[in-house]
Amino acid sequence: MKLARKLMIGVALAVVAMTNAANAKDMKIALVVKSLGNGFFEAANKGAQEAAKDLGGVQIIYTGPTTTTAEGQIEVINSLIAQGVDAIAISANDPDAVVPALKKAAQRGIKVISWDSAVAKEGRIMHLNPSSNELIGKMCLTLAKDHLEGGKGDFAILSATTTSTNQNTWIAEMKKQLKDFPGLNLVTTVYGDDLADKSYREAQGLLTSQPNVKVIVAPTTVGVLAASQAVKDAGKIGQVYVTGLGLPSEMAGAIKSGATKEFAIWNPIDLGYTATQIAYHIAKGDADGKPGSGIKAGRMGLIKIGENGEAAMADPFVYDAKNIDQFSKIF
Amino acid sequence: MKKLFKHREILLVVIIAIMIAGFATRAQGFAAPGNLANIFNDTSILIILALGQMTVILTKSIDLSVAANLAFTGMAVAMTDAAYPGLPLVLLVVMAIGIGAFLGAINGYLVWALQIPSIVVTLGTLTIYRGMAFVLSGGAWVNAHQMTPTFLNIPRMPLLGLPMLSWIAVAIVIGGWFVMNRLPFGRATYASGGNPTAAVYAGIDVGRTLFFAFVLSGALAGLCGYLWVSRYAVAYVDVAIGFELDTVAACVIGGISIAGGIGSVAGAVLGALFLGVIKNALPVIGISPFAQMAISGIVIILAVVFNARAERRVGRIILRNRAAVEVQA
Repeated sequence: MKLARKLMIGVALAVVAMTNAANAKDMKIALVVKSLGNGFFEAANKGAQEAAKDLGGVQIIYTGPTTTTAEGQIEVINSLIAQGVDAIAISANDPDAVVPALKKAAQRGIKVISWDSAVAKEGRIMHLNPSSNELIGKMCLTLAKDHLEGGKGDFAILSATTTSTNQNTWIAEMKKQLKDFPGLNLVTTVYGDDLADKSYREAQGLLTSQPNVKVIVAPTTVGVLAASQAVKDAGKIGQVYVTGLGLPSEMAGAIKSGATKEFAIWNPIDLGYTATQIAYHIAKGDADGKPGSGIKAGRMGLIKIGENGEAAMADPFVYDAKNIDQFSKIF
Repeated sequence: MKKLFKHREILLVVIIAIMIAGFATRAQGFAAPGNLANIFNDTSILIILALGQMTVILTKSIDLSVAANLAFTGMAVAMTDAAYPGLPLVLLVVMAIGIGAFLGAINGYLVWALQIPSIVVTLGTLTIYRGMAFVLSGGAWVNAHQMTPTFLNIPRMPLLGLPMLSWIAVAIVIGGWFVMNRLPFGRATYASGGNPTAAVYAGIDVGRTLFFAFVLSGALAGLCGYLWVSRYAVAYVDVAIGFELDTVAACVIGGISIAGGIGSVAGAVLGALFLGVIKNALPVIGISPFAQMAISGIVIILAVVFNARAERRVGRIILRNRAAVEVQA
């Protein structure tokens, strides 16, 4: 019995090994992220793996620098060029700094798309926004409004670094749409550099120097978490609320403590899935990613590409005490 | 010479007081006792790390791996707490100090036994320890809701008006003062850094002293690993990135000579507080975030320039040639 089972396993392994060898020409898609070790990108990788399974014959190379620097990403891109991948899907730490390296990749026949945080137009074929920037800006303002009594009052923004592409776009959108939210008043924008200690200190600074601020909107996961902790430690739960964009697993504690009532995020698994699908179809040649065209992205449906070669995936999703437990287990 | 030291630390106190008064004119309530207590609490971790760093710098070495050590230990402790919520906190703290001391001992051993310059060793272990934190966690975060309430609450539990975190720092400052000024080990660190040749003639094992300085620095970094993770209620790989430079800066501002042998516990504490005051002031006084980094840098350089001048006046070593060779080594 035992021997038979061992033999079976042996045969199965051999078959697997052989099919692997047969698939030596798997399409290699590199998923380049801002930095490794970030829950958001780990979740995106999950989605990418799922897409690879759906498509078949696709190998995902999940990679990125260990810190969020453009220099680190350039090194990663260069090594991917050397490995001869078929497509690169990147979330850029800097829109311009990575362009020369990506152009080099394009010259070698590698199809480059960006997702999450965009690369300048000349460096990529198309860009996949997790959601449209307008929708995110509107979502942040809606969240702020929902936390304020009567939807009126002062709020402040706690961002990541001063050069972060997506943060700045969203903040600009929020400022633009502020006129649609009468009574909401943006007092100031501070920058926590996506470091827990600096974000905490900036939030503490807001609490002391801006006593009128009743809501802190942090469109970044480290920031929203640190601000929630600062509000909790200052004993201001119920007086000052924190909201913004964060991952359910990271925000569960803040929801439980009451520092946050609700927050939003798109689904990073869907994002990684869609980026991989798009990269696959462009690399395969059955889509060109030109503005005005559409790409079929598996279970996410048709993704339409708009002006500047930018596409939007879906609306951000709101999480609160009712659904946090369910989603905090997923990502 | 002692008088001059005293003078220097008093000067630093005066500068910090002037800074606080200056910031208070721009941000209301900055000098309020409650806010000052907040600043001290916020700086506690830096103070503890700076004391460890000071011990190492006194022996004419440098420990660049403290922040990576902190990140690894913090991650290890947080993961243990998340996986075994029943473990008593004391055990976790002992574990943090133990892991930290072990990582410090690796640095110490390489510097002592293999005679590799400490800057090279710790630059290497800096990357290794942070890489290990990554391997350990697989890049995943440990979040607030996964940690036990005791794990999170002890450092912020108020005692006589100050959180436990501040009291831990106070206890370590007193302990550090005792070790540096009253125990043979403390005298040995000053001797090994100030004049290694003379130290050997005096019967001090310079290598061994160096080793234990690294172990001490590592143990304190380990303790801070727990404190950091608990304070910010999250553990991830990038925790405290670049923080080693803050500890070195705190030492340098506090008048601890990078060439070894000169410095005091009070200096390191004041250096850390100096940085803490600036870090806490910048968000509230309404300076553009674009200028903040440059301002912090300028202040540190000014302190170093001042430090270098003060040192020259003292003229501390008689055997110039020997000393010059040692500095290069």
